[in-house]
Amino acid sequence: MRHSVPTRSILWAYTGLVAFVLIAPTAVVIPLSFTDKASLNFPPSGWSLRWYGNFFSDPAWTSAFGNSVLIAVVVAVAATATGTAASVGLQRWTRRRAAKSTQALLLAPIVVPSIILAIGVYAIFLRLHLLGTLTGFVLAHTVLAVPFVVVSVTAALAGYDGRLTTAASSLGAGRWTAFRRVMLPLIMPGVVSGALFAFVTSFDEVVLSIFIKSPYLETLPVKMYASVTRDTDPTIAAAATMIMLLTTAIIAVGLLSIRRRKRVQ
Amino acid sequence: MSLALKEPVRPAGDAGRTGGGPTASPRGGPRLSPVLLLVPALALMVGVFAYPLAEAMWRSVSDPVLGGQNYEWFASGAANWAVLGRTLWIALLSAAICLGMAYPYAYLMVLSGPRVRAALVVIVLIPFWTSLMIRSFAWIILLQDSGIINGILGFLGLGPFELIRNTTGVLIGMVQVLLPFMVLPLYAAMSNVDLRLLQASSSLGARPFVTFTRIFMPLALPGVVSGSLLVFIQALGFYITPALLGSPSELLISQAIYLQVNGQLQWGHGSVLGVILLVATLALLAVLALLMKKAKRAAGDEGGLL
Repeated sequence: MRHSVPTRSILWAYTGLVAFVLIAPTAVVIPLSFTDKASLNFPPSGWSLRWYGNFFSDPAWTSAFGNSVLIAVVVAVAATATGTAASVGLQRWTRRRAAKSTQALLLAPIVVPSIILAIGVYAIFLRLHLLGTLTGFVLAHTVLAVPFVVVSVTAALAGYDGRLTTAASSLGAGRWTAFRRVMLPLIMPGVVSGALFAFVTSFDEVVLSIFIKSPYLETLPVKMYASVTRDTDPTIAAAATMIMLLTTAIIAVGLLSIRRRKRVQ
Repeated sequence: MSLALKEPVRPAGDAGRTGGGPTASPRGGPRLSPVLLLVPALALMVGVFAYPLAEAMWRSVSDPVLGGQNYEWFASGAANWAVLGRTLWIALLSAAICLGMAYPYAYLMVLSGPRVRAALVVIVLIPFWTSLMIRSFAWIILLQDSGIINGILGFLGLGPFELIRNTTGVLIGMVQVLLPFMVLPLYAAMSNVDLRLLQASSSLGARPFVTFTRIFMPLALPGVVSGSLLVFIQALGFYITPALLGSPSELLISQAIYLQVNGQLQWGHGSVLGVILLVATLALLAVLALLMKKAKRAAGDEGGLL
């Protein structure tokens, strides 16, 4: 449909405004992290790296960062393993109705508001003395990450031809060999993107983490949350910028590896 | 939905199901049910999802003593109804503002060429790059009294306005977070509209405005409905954004839950609020699922997994 020139220009201007709203928050944090003053004024009047120095010299920030990375890596591994196994199991399950409702249960953590899950998890972790433990964080984050693995691996399995597994077994491959050598390489893009989602989900998680943290063990987003509500210190901008860089790097590496794999095939 | 899982072609019988027919090598070991593969994930879901949720629900009738006193507390407190009403109102406003912002955006995505469209898609996905926390923090910087938005408004001779620690701040933050969830379904619905129908309408003499309102808008309606529901549902349960950008005197339901449980150790009260939020969310999700099913059936798509 062709619109008149004024209609089109209004549409463009409006879309530009919406695009600005979408980008603005991301665009403001990076320059702010390089400010030379101890204030959150934007745009900064001068530049320095002192907030990065501050970040790395403060054990509260570095330990929170270390915890976050450690927890996210363990969660990515755990969620990818259980989620991939579950997706394969779901696809092979011949009772479709049961498979469908099981899948709904596996995806449920995405739709339930995390504050409700948070109070339940808090109550139970309190009883089991899991508050402020790595185990507690890994368990809670893995539950939130598994649905993303299931979604992306299920989508990858949809494009997998089950006859290949049959062919592998008829040629003498055991079940594990057939999975590792035939199926896994073919569904790898889905597995990799599931793992990336799992990592980022854990790395960004705030609501549950606020409940299950302790003064002795907290993650980076929890520390940032406390920092936003308490101090007005650009160190948090430096932390935010580094999180963004890390997330971007992980996603870029993941995308590149998927692309290379595709090209090889 | 594009994620509909198509069954791959399989040979007769279930030889392909586990890959371990009678001719399989002995290395395959005894044949296991595929259900076993689900055990770790299901154990996790039951132990760290279903059980905690059940515990939270149970506490609404059992804390501090068994009975309905927590529900009575909710029903008799005017402040509780105010919180619920405010939450619904903010969610409704967020959905309406998102729709108003996303509709022209998605429409331009449909109209433009592949290059511009790709750029617009990337812009919609950029927010996913940055965590919710960081975005709320960035809005604090932009919207604070001495922030750049008030600076620009001051330059134009307006303001200064109070843009954070109130409903305006919450809405700005929430709309920014939720916009992608409106743009994407809208775009999906709009790009399914058969553009030849619009050409037919114009060739029969309809002005562009008439073609747009009488032909295009009704056809894109499913996207409007599912996008709005999606945004509304998510807005109900928001915690971080209102906690950082809102006013402590104008609580939303999730903030009230946090306050009851963490601040006042009133588990029963917090749990009642949680039950209400959960029931509202699930009811709306059921409506959304029903509408999607209907739309899918209308499109002649057989529903697979997902």
